[in-house]
Amino acid sequence: MLKEITLDATIENIGTVSAFVDEELESNDCPMKAQMQIDIAIDELFGNIAHYAYPEKDGEATVKVDFSENPAAVIITFIDSGIPYNPLENADPDITLSAEERAIGGLGIFMVKKQMDKMTYEYRDNKNILTIIKNF
Amino acid sequence: MDIQKTVENKKLTIVLSGRLDTTTAPQLEEEMKASVDGIEELYFDFAELEYISSAGLRVLLTAQKIMNAQGKMVIRNVNETISEVFEITGFADILTVE
Repeated sequence: MLKEITLDATIENIGTVSAFVDEELESNDCPMKAQMQIDIAIDELFGNIAHYAYPEKDGEATVKVDFSENPAAVIITFIDSGIPYNPLENADPDITLSAEERAIGGLGIFMVKKQMDKMTYEYRDNKNILTIIKNF
Repeated sequence: MDIQKTVENKKLTIVLSGRLDTTTAPQLEEEMKASVDGIEELYFDFAELEYISSAGLRVLLTAQKIMNAQGKMVIRNVNETISEVFEITGFADILTVE
């Protein structure tokens, strides 16, 4: 059953989004490790929307949670009306660099890509729509 | 996130409980700035840490660079999720994890 929440895209609201999603994950018996990886994804993706989507003023974002059965998976969608931005076009960071050479940029998206089973993006009706899928 | 610090001569031990993410990373950054002068050994205990996001990695990277110049830094008791994050991001090669 699809559940959704719409709220201001602010850093302070990352916790609200996590709590909302975590409750759905627990009611659907999502394993602990997958839950933690999803919490990381929320921190990264909602955090990016909060930081970058609305440079001039505050804006809203919607987070939707849905579950599928075969295979058992959770589908989480982040929607905002901010600057068009496709995170999948980000180049992967060079993870072989030393501490002195490392940059942190792009690491968040990279982590989500590696920990989720699928990540898709589309821009439709003036909205960024980012979907992640985690099998469990 | 709960941060417990213990200092013994030039050894600083930091125990974290909860999550190291966008909301809590600034807290750790503050603590580090306040405590790291003159420290030669920095030990992190992650036994009670659930997970870490890129914001947390940022702070750890800064700490590692500081300790590379001052002495050493070791992270202990990471769970599977955190261990994998370190592997995926190449941080396993930058940090010393026991």
